[in-house]
Amino acid sequence: MCLAIPARIEELTTPGNAIVNLGGVRKEISLALVDDAAVGEYVIVHVGYALQKLDREEAERTLEMFAEMGQLDELREELNT
Amino acid sequence: MKYVDEFRDGELAKNIAANIAREADPKRTYRLMEFCGGHTHAISRYGIADLLPANVRMIHGPGCPVCVLPIGRVDQAIRLAREHGVILCTYADTVRVPASDNLSLMRAKAKGADVRMIYSTQDALKVARDNPQREVVFLAIGFETTTPPTAVAIQQAAAEGLKNFSILCDHVLTPAAMHAILAVEGGVALDGFVGPAHVSTVIGSKPYEPFADDYGKPVVIAGFEPLDVMQAILMLVRQVNDGRAEVENEFTRAVTREGNLKAQQLVAEVFELRDMFEWRGLGSVPDSALKLRPKYAAFDAELKFRVDYVEVPDNKACECAAILRGQKRPQECKIFGTVCTPENPVGSCMVSSEGACAAHYSYGRFREVA
Repeated sequence: MCLAIPARIEELTTPGNAIVNLGGVRKEISLALVDDAAVGEYVIVHVGYALQKLDREEAERTLEMFAEMGQLDELREELNT
Repeated sequence: MKYVDEFRDGELAKNIAANIAREADPKRTYRLMEFCGGHTHAISRYGIADLLPANVRMIHGPGCPVCVLPIGRVDQAIRLAREHGVILCTYADTVRVPASDNLSLMRAKAKGADVRMIYSTQDALKVARDNPQREVVFLAIGFETTTPPTAVAIQQAAAEGLKNFSILCDHVLTPAAMHAILAVEGGVALDGFVGPAHVSTVIGSKPYEPFADDYGKPVVIAGFEPLDVMQAILMLVRQVNDGRAEVENEFTRAVTREGNLKAQQLVAEVFELRDMFEWRGLGSVPDSALKLRPKYAAFDAELKFRVDYVEVPDNKACECAAILRGQKRPQECKIFGTVCTPENPVGSCMVSSEGACAAHYSYGRFREVA
């Protein structure tokens, strides 16, 4: 039940609703719980409602952190050899 | 898919695993509880346990809404459908939870009860609008993620003057359950929590601060993708090594300290605390669940149909209770995988794919024989 994934807002429909793309499946969801969600933004969708907007910059930053950790490991290995 | 696949990179997972293996002190054990069923599912599905050193052990917590719903609550819903003739709407996972008299909502449906699986509270409202001559009850279960959508539906029903719609409210609270685990008699030896993902998008990271400050247990809030979980485990190992107990947030892309204030306000308008609520596995826990405020009493199915809660003990052979408290593992239950399977669940942990037993049955049970 908790399984929810980020989805991109593709179209704003009736007030407070939007069509999102969930891995290729288009679905209408409610935006009642988030403010000012716009087309192109990512939201966490759960039981038909956007629970929160996904911060793209923070997502990119987390991915960069993972990548950096990878590079650090390589550096460490180089230093050890 | 954007921001999903990127967090499933196998090479990066190995990197984080290498860091965990390097940093975990071989002289000690790290017992980490993932509270949330979504994490249990991710850990089993992506084989995360296999990437961890033997002294880093994940303990499944009670954070699966279906698993913590006691039999008596499902019985109430079945009574509404069978004796009061209502259209009973609920989320799909709930229909298979075993109830009394060898029934479940699904079996009640097979015997003629009008039980309908819905995806969203919006669907339940639509059923009510489309059937003005029938009473429609939504069995509202779940933690802080499903509560705001129920609140929206109640306010909508009130605004529309929808007289044939009500809810059987079984919404429960995450921090209260975490308190109950830490206060459990005999105690669960825990070194830290992987904090819930989507619950935290709603309530924020602030409500976990007492677990770090008062109980000295580190909490790292993590997203549901495998890399998120691995990174959170690494952050917990580091806190334990440093002797720190803090609330850290790995899931900054969706979780802030304050959470979703709009959702919190809606919930506060519609619901208030229940004095006492019985959980499967944790027993009766004060202030751990919600009920509708008197203002919305007309939408409360318990009052409208006078269906009282009657406590029903679990099947004696079932170890769900100990598993939900983190005291036993699925494979330590005598009926696991024999009498109790996902096709024929005896206990609730075997019902939802996020339950500890179902997750272990689907993804982990061959690990031990391999």
